[in-house]
Amino acid sequence: MAADGWSWFPVLAAGVSLFKCLFISSYRSTDFEVHRNWLAITHNLPVSRWYHENSSEWTLDYPPLFAWFEFGLSHVARHFDGDMLLLHKQNYASPPTVLFQRLSVIVTDGVFILAARECCRCVQTQRASQKAVLSRPSFILAVLLLWNFGLFIVDHIHFQYNGFLFGFLLLSVAKHLQAQHLQGALLFAILLNLKHIYLYVAPAYGVYLLRSYCFTESSTDGGIRWRSFSLLRLLALGSVVMAVCGLSFGPFIVMGQLPQVLSRLFPFKRGLCHAYWAPNAWALYNALDKVLATLGVRLKLLKEAELPQASMTGGLVQEFQHSVLPSVSPSVTLVCTLLSILPALASIWRRPRGARGFLRCLLLCALGSYMFGWHVHEKAILIAILPLSILAVESREDAGIFLLLSTTGHYSLFPLLFTPTELPIKVCLMLMFSLFSFSALRKLHSADGSLLHPLEVVYLLGLGMVALFSEVLFPLSPWKQRLPFLPLLATSVYCSVGVSYSFLRLYATLLRSDSKPKQH
Amino acid sequence: MQTWSLISICVLLGVVVRWGVSLNSYSGAGKPPMFGDYEAQRHWQEVTYNLPIREWYFNSTNNDLAYWGLDYPPLTAYHSWLCAYIANIINPEWVKLHKSRGHESPEHKLFMRTTVLVVDLLLFIPAVVLYCLYLTDGSSKKKVSVLLCILLYPGIILIDYGHFQYNGVSLGLALWGILGLGLGWDALGSIAFSLALNYKQMELYHALPFFCYLLGKCFKAGLIGHGFFLLVRIAAAVVVTFALCWLPFLSDPAQALQVVRRIFPVARGLFEDKVANTWCSLNVLIKIRTLMSSDAQLYLSLVFTLLAVLPSSIRLLTRPTFWHFKLALVNSSLGFFLFSYQVHEKSILLAALLIVPFPLCSMLPLLLKDGLLVPYAVTSTGFLLLSIYLLSALDHCTEDELQLTTYRKLFFFPFKSDLGCIVSITSVTLDPPSHLPDLFPVLVSTTAYLLFLGTIIHFNILQFSGPPSKKSQKKSN
Repeated sequence: MAADGWSWFPVLAAGVSLFKCLFISSYRSTDFEVHRNWLAITHNLPVSRWYHENSSEWTLDYPPLFAWFEFGLSHVARHFDGDMLLLHKQNYASPPTVLFQRLSVIVTDGVFILAARECCRCVQTQRASQKAVLSRPSFILAVLLLWNFGLFIVDHIHFQYNGFLFGFLLLSVAKHLQAQHLQGALLFAILLNLKHIYLYVAPAYGVYLLRSYCFTESSTDGGIRWRSFSLLRLLALGSVVMAVCGLSFGPFIVMGQLPQVLSRLFPFKRGLCHAYWAPNAWALYNALDKVLATLGVRLKLLKEAELPQASMTGGLVQEFQHSVLPSVSPSVTLVCTLLSILPALASIWRRPRGARGFLRCLLLCALGSYMFGWHVHEKAILIAILPLSILAVESREDAGIFLLLSTTGHYSLFPLLFTPTELPIKVCLMLMFSLFSFSALRKLHSADGSLLHPLEVVYLLGLGMVALFSEVLFPLSPWKQRLPFLPLLATSVYCSVGVSYSFLRLYATLLRSDSKPKQH
Repeated sequence: MQTWSLISICVLLGVVVRWGVSLNSYSGAGKPPMFGDYEAQRHWQEVTYNLPIREWYFNSTNNDLAYWGLDYPPLTAYHSWLCAYIANIINPEWVKLHKSRGHESPEHKLFMRTTVLVVDLLLFIPAVVLYCLYLTDGSSKKKVSVLLCILLYPGIILIDYGHFQYNGVSLGLALWGILGLGLGWDALGSIAFSLALNYKQMELYHALPFFCYLLGKCFKAGLIGHGFFLLVRIAAAVVVTFALCWLPFLSDPAQALQVVRRIFPVARGLFEDKVANTWCSLNVLIKIRTLMSSDAQLYLSLVFTLLAVLPSSIRLLTRPTFWHFKLALVNSSLGFFLFSYQVHEKSILLAALLIVPFPLCSMLPLLLKDGLLVPYAVTSTGFLLLSIYLLSALDHCTEDELQLTTYRKLFFFPFKSDLGCIVSITSVTLDPPSHLPDLFPVLVSTTAYLLFLGTIIHFNILQFSGPPSKKSQKKSN
């Protein structure tokens, strides 16, 4: 192909942006009203009332920088339809409102496009310009990021601003890969103050920056050289983070509202699992509990009347108790999460493997928190899938893990779009993304052998069966009335297996390279 | 990447873009009493399902022809019947006689949009894929690029999935016909094209080249011997296909005559609405419609149409090669569009299919009326971007390419698309002066008309200057 270096990137980016515009009139979730309400809150009320306002159930529960972001958007919103900024206009969704909100997501995705470009620069190899465009790692990564299925349906159909936020995360990762650690830290600090869910990966940043940035050298076997500690660097890092947090939380600390803000950011009353169980360890735990309870009733070991009535599968988000296995409290989940990520953190502390080791540790922190966290949303799987794309175009083993995790993770997002109109969209897009990722990654790593173990292929084919059952067979069957939660249960449990397996495999790659001498 | 996975991705992208456009409004949405083409299709389902065949094309108390009477050939009617049969199973309210008039609901919209997608998946898309794989020269990358461009061509997407029509069926069948002829399966290709003709009479725009190509081929093979048998086979195939389609109407000559009267409405006048052809554009300067009697108008359009299409078709008769066939298809469809009687702007799709980067702006007024501005803007921009990138990225080593590239360079990317864009944008953003309320639609159609005129002249010159010397049967796209 005669196309020069990067001419394909603007076409990909413009193409996906135009593509997003086609779905402006598609299904919107309640998140649409949430963000509209936040536009109204930030536009009409003084800052001191932002975290106290609760006339609507959709209270502000993101950190202050995001509230300022909404404030900025509200000034543009005025030119589209001033009525959307009225506080008590519940569920207001006039065509200009929908257009504005959708366009705001598409435009702020510009940050993500920028970040994708930076990441593609990091994976460019020397021989790249000689290959055809379709076989270059940078092209494949660009498509895997820009046309990511999960990000597309969560942002542009379900409605959220994840592209904007992931842009900061990926840009920060790219900066670290390019050895510009202060910029990376700054971007991450901003990200944390935009959406606090990224606290999941903060330990990775903390340990990596402390170990690899504040200690300027390592000894020959990779261990710490305590004398190389640079106070200057630590202070620079600290001041950057403090400055951003100060800018964000400062006004609220001054007004004495910090406890109120924190209670909004960390609502622990919500229950172990979301209405639809995210495919993590607790989904398997819940399923086991249900199975044991049913078995117990059948074998007359338990009385049915004694079992707690609030069924997890009833679809309500409330606190509930398990029937057979011990109940799980927030502190238990915190301990489990910390235990799951500690080995990874210890590994990169003892033997840092440069920025790619950091990336691997970040992935493990994200996955560990996903597996054992409290009230995890299934959308959080994207925090693992997107950065893993970078590793996938560089190593064969990571490509295999990526294929399994991304297919499973993306499929687990299917219940988010449950309307019949959106069915062709999600099926076609999922097939497109999967086809591309499988073919492109297979061709890229063809010299190193096959990407997937036969058992993994069987698992993925089984995923297809689950999809067929949930989307086609079940709605047409007589069980639809009696057991309405069955497809969700099946999806959740089946995907948990895949996600847990990917988590363990990623851990294996990190710990295995720990025992070898320093890689890069 | 393997070709089959690239092709699958292109097809999936084509399907998703179509479905995305279908989420928007349709023709006549929420506009009683007449609504639009969407209601027309629904009404045909109602009529064909509830009434016996002999009443489908006749005016009666049960079938008011003034309210979207059937005016397509029988195959459309059978298709409507099939859709109605399924609709009745899902929700009988959708096709109840008289009571379902003007019925609009999200579920019904989903059903109707699904019917369009299903026939596209069965007929149009496979034909396009096979056409690109087998009748397109060049590397596999080039074939995939052409496939992507044809699948993402905004015209057919916006009309079928936005405005609401079933052009995918007739164009798909016509494409199967072209495919058959290109691969040497003349009888099968003829059957496919006959089916296309029996679905929409507009396919007559393509009929002359089919006829001349096949006849020329028979002559060349020698009328005594092989050529004669070929002629007989093709003729038999066509006659049998027509007979099968018209079977219920052949029992009574009045039936057949009424159908013909419905599908060729000669009482309607030289043109309707603003369409980018000669008569409408000429009407700006000289008011033809009022100056001439309707009979005179009919003869005028007949004469000019024949003048426009005969040269190209006769040339095809003398040189029946596939290359000539494709060019004659373009010239014939453009000629009919520009000079024929009662042309609708959607008919331009017939020409557009074969010359892929084709100006769309002539359909803008129609799409604006349907509330389809955003899909139009998105698909046109995307298509323009894609075709510019893909065409510049591909090899320019074949002479054939050069000729089309010259056409594109002369007419499109500096001039036509800019002009089209400017006209589109002004017609959307500005209000016309009060004494010229139709200024923008007229400007749009006149500009488009000039572009089409330039196109037909170019392709006629191309056909008469002969194919590139190196290879005699080359694709021109």
